[in-house]
Amino acid sequence: MSNETLLSVKNLEVTFNTPKGDVHAVRGVSFDLGRERLGIVGESGSGKSQTGRAILGLTAANGKITADQLQFHDVDLANLSPKQWRKVRGARISMIMQDPKYSLNPVMTIGDQIIEAYREHHKVGAKEARRRALEMLEAVKIRDPERVFNAYPHEASGGMGQRVMIAMMLIPDPELIIADEPTSALDVTVQLQVMAILDDLVRDRGMALIFISHDLQLVSSFCDRVLVMYQGHVVEELRASELHNAKHPYTKGLLNCLPKMDGDHSDLPILEREASWAEG
Amino acid sequence: MIEISKLNAWFDDNHVLKDVDISVPTNGSFGLVGESGSGKSTVLRTITGLVDDWEGNILVNNKELGPKRDKTFYRLVQMVFQDPFGSLHPRHTIDRILTEPVNIHGLGNSDARVVEALNQVGLDNAFRFRYPHQLSGGQRQRVAIARALILEPKILLLDEPTSALDVSIQAEVLNLLGRLRRELGLTYVMVSHDLAVVAHMCDDIAIMNHGRIVERATATQLADGTLEHPYSQQLYKAAGGYDRAVVDSFVDWD
Repeated sequence: MSNETLLSVKNLEVTFNTPKGDVHAVRGVSFDLGRERLGIVGESGSGKSQTGRAILGLTAANGKITADQLQFHDVDLANLSPKQWRKVRGARISMIMQDPKYSLNPVMTIGDQIIEAYREHHKVGAKEARRRALEMLEAVKIRDPERVFNAYPHEASGGMGQRVMIAMMLIPDPELIIADEPTSALDVTVQLQVMAILDDLVRDRGMALIFISHDLQLVSSFCDRVLVMYQGHVVEELRASELHNAKHPYTKGLLNCLPKMDGDHSDLPILEREASWAEG
Repeated sequence: MIEISKLNAWFDDNHVLKDVDISVPTNGSFGLVGESGSGKSTVLRTITGLVDDWEGNILVNNKELGPKRDKTFYRLVQMVFQDPFGSLHPRHTIDRILTEPVNIHGLGNSDARVVEALNQVGLDNAFRFRYPHQLSGGQRQRVAIARALILEPKILLLDEPTSALDVSIQAEVLNLLGRLRRELGLTYVMVSHDLAVVAHMCDDIAIMNHGRIVERATATQLADGTLEHPYSQQLYKAAGGYDRAVVDSFVDWD
């Protein structure tokens, strides 16, 4: 892992203008990302997904992003025109969403969708694009790439759909992948298999990964570093291997309230929230 | 309380339950674990009468079930579904959602019953005249549990009752379910994909794969990790988090 900084986020704020007043979803999040795997963990409404979306400029129209710095290599992500965004999204930073059922185009074959992603950023002929797409399907461990290439998304299982998403997002060879709960809709064993594919590809290609999830335990077994978010703030940042030494009461509370396979049926500790955590 | 033997079920030509045997004592808590398509939810749906094409014997409270369930059955057995967004009527107030089963069964005194049911699940009376969309996921699941409890059943069928909830809220709902079982002497059959949730809640556990029970275990056996069937061992390892070497050892059970 090199120390070179790929992405630098300083004091990121995302605010949504709603009929009921402003909703402050992300409040002053800062982090630097090298070629590493960073986990962002939090519960619903903690701002973890909005942090990921803001980096890619995918915040909804009623949202406002401000940041002291939002620098990706030489690109200032805070002031990009739509045309400049198209050169970054997919090609240099791409995103894997939670549910392949909703993020794949239902009326286009899987092969055509992967080819579309590739040719958007690489000027190659149809034959070459097809060859690359089949190679990519093989890389995500799909056993019969030809069949899946010609299939429609509804013909694929959840795990296969998510592998297709990974293939599509990785084929333009981006430098940074943002994965927003990429495996939460999958069965545990399939979830781990998909993560292993992501793990290998990210490692082999030297990509950086931001892995957004609600599952603290899973993230820390997979990532190098973890940010724990609560109500828009990063309340704790720690090395994944140091999870058991977490200091913040919220992080500890999240770990303690998980049921364990210890044969103990007594009540689980309840997470008592304190107002001061949200002030940060 | 519940004795199921040689239960088979079909969806058209698809044989989804194969010779399932389950026995749950009164005030017991039985857990069914498995992945999507293993048939774990279908067992509950068959008991509660949502599956038409089945064969085998289901004895509930020493009474053999036929093809139809009558009202007395639903006084005894109630089900809580996974998704509190889908299982509560979006245009009915909590009060109406809870009153409806009372009226259907002609129990009377619905006002006091609604207040008591809300109280049992730890919801303030202020929630009574709200709509589901005004509640958080955890509060909604409490309402779904209150709706099941309002008929004073003896058996609750719980289909992934906490898998749509955040872990901190899951802990609260699991504690609530544990307390209700102790206080009201309820019998549970609980379905989950999460081995840890089932191990925490249940005394006896069955692991299902492709419509069959592949292994039975007690909570103590799960705690010791002494599972025998390779499929259950795989599930057990998968629950331990991401480990590259473990993933390579996985076998497809299709």
